[in-house]
Amino acid sequence: MLILEDIHTHYGKIEALHGVSVEINEGEIVTLIGANGAGKTTLLMTVCGSPQASAGRVVFEGRDITKEPTSQIMRSGIAIVPEGRRIFSGLTVKENLHMGGFFNTKSEIRESQEHVYELFPRLKERESQRAGTMSGGEQQMLAIGRALMSKPRLIILDEPSLGLAPLIIKQIFEIIGKLRDDGMTVFLVEQNAHQALNLADRGYVLETGRIRLHDTGANLLVNPQVREAYLGG
Amino acid sequence: MATSNVRHALFCAIVTIVISYPILGLNLEAEGINIVLTGTDATTIVAIACAALIVFLFQLFRDSVMGKLGAVSDLNPLTGRKPMEQDKRAKLESWVLTGLVVVALFWPFFSSRGAVDLATLVLIYVILALGLNVVVGLAGLLDLGYVAFYAVGAYTFALLSQYYGISFWMALPLGALLAGLFGLLLGFPVLRLRGDYLAIVTLGFGEIIRILLNNWTNVTGGPNGIGGIPDPTLFGMEFGRRVKEEGNTSFHETFGIAYSGEHKVIFLYLIALVLAIITALIIRRLMKMPVGRAWEALREDEIAARSLGLSRTAVKLSAFTIGAFFAGFAGTIFASKQGFISPESFVFLESAIILAIVVLGGMGSQIGVILAAIAVTILPELAREFSEYRMLIFGAAMVLMMIWRPQGLVPMRRLHITLKTQE
Repeated sequence: MLILEDIHTHYGKIEALHGVSVEINEGEIVTLIGANGAGKTTLLMTVCGSPQASAGRVVFEGRDITKEPTSQIMRSGIAIVPEGRRIFSGLTVKENLHMGGFFNTKSEIRESQEHVYELFPRLKERESQRAGTMSGGEQQMLAIGRALMSKPRLIILDEPSLGLAPLIIKQIFEIIGKLRDDGMTVFLVEQNAHQALNLADRGYVLETGRIRLHDTGANLLVNPQVREAYLGG
Repeated sequence: MATSNVRHALFCAIVTIVISYPILGLNLEAEGINIVLTGTDATTIVAIACAALIVFLFQLFRDSVMGKLGAVSDLNPLTGRKPMEQDKRAKLESWVLTGLVVVALFWPFFSSRGAVDLATLVLIYVILALGLNVVVGLAGLLDLGYVAFYAVGAYTFALLSQYYGISFWMALPLGALLAGLFGLLLGFPVLRLRGDYLAIVTLGFGEIIRILLNNWTNVTGGPNGIGGIPDPTLFGMEFGRRVKEEGNTSFHETFGIAYSGEHKVIFLYLIALVLAIITALIIRRLMKMPVGRAWEALREDEIAARSLGLSRTAVKLSAFTIGAFFAGFAGTIFASKQGFISPESFVFLESAIILAIVVLGGMGSQIGVILAAIAVTILPELAREFSEYRMLIFGAAMVLMMIWRPQGLVPMRRLHITLKTQE
């Protein structure tokens, strides 16, 4: 569904990604784990076209989107939950969700809003509350809900567990699993390697701009190198 | 704790003396061809000493004084009140607004010429502030060169009328469109900039336009400005005592009433009023439309807005263009009202005042901005007697506002859009 071929990305003169190839098939959860500064977020941003890859190809559903502008990419069935949630804190929960469905018709918005409220009943309770006044976990739910509003076929999550309590993280990961069961493709970037690998069908390990390992989630969980570097022995 | 307070207070008092003595306590007097420095009279010295003492005492007891001042808001009977229901409030608001418009329509006929003239100026500032509100308040782009678009509007009318004899009604849309075009042009280079950097570039742009107008002498007349800008006409009727253009009739002759200079002033006021209302309605409509929500999303979080597929380019450019468009509107009315314009009317201070109106009124709030425009334009006129201290009073008012109501006079209340649930 999404294919990254030998991606090189530069920030000015510095090359952050040295030829990364990742493949995500329809209906699976693929996770990308790696330490700080490995280039995880850079890889996601490259998919979104900001910054654009200096070499290599990004192909989504058979279409080359490497050189497309960000706004175009984000309207073509990909949604991203950015790192640090980035909800519109001055807007209410409902308005945040409606922003997510900016390019959809009213009836589509109504439909996806119902769907989001089903997934996160908490958001319905908070419907007319200002988003910035909610707890971190609720804000993360809102960020995911907002991304779902555009009815994406692929959802990219950048560290959804960042700064959340273990119990909330568990809830969020359950939701991610539910999204896959509903037929959505998920690309999950995490520092929280244990939980991410547990959930994922396949995983990639990124290290200083290169893919070090690639295997199924279960195999990576027991891989001694991964255990030592990311799971604490 | 106590000693540091004393030291701080002493320091403030010394600063007061250091600043005020050279300014107020020393006089430069011309004696023949020489300039002599003389001390001032005793009262001024005493006044400076008193000021220093007041500063000292205030800083010494600052905590308790500010604590008391802070408690003042508790006395406000409105603070504890429950907010009105949404639809009830909306109904009340629309009634009040309709009432205000009716009063504004008939008021000039019972008022003095000077007051109506001032009210026209207020309305021009209302249009300007509503336009800048789109850029700064809604889209969150700090524009310090807004006056440039105002100048473009005014000069468009002045130049077109001078060289091609175009009338006010032709120039009004042209001036606005041209200003909008300039907004679009400025938008491109500043797309990537945010915050401080954006402010500096827009400030530079404002100055470029002014300096260009000042130096392009053979077209714009440079510092001498352009005079003889025609008044607006009412369906070809002129408001002067004698008709200037062949074929036109004059207003007072058509209606068989005695000539009065006030007709023109009132007519201009009414034009400004109608245009201000149109501006407010258009922007209000835009705020409810997707583009309005896009502006706000971009202001709240640019990365998030882009992640939802909004195009940064389109959103920013639309805000700049629409803001500039209304500045052009205001500029055309201004040129017509003054009959004479020069680059001096479009200095940075104008941008600063318009920005102050937006901040004072409450970013993004239309009613707040309108009230602030009225206050900021009228207060200096009322305070004419203190002319030297006008800016000082203005500054003090700004500081106090920021302490008590940092959100502005009437903070923006978000317009809610409710989707009907399907049965």
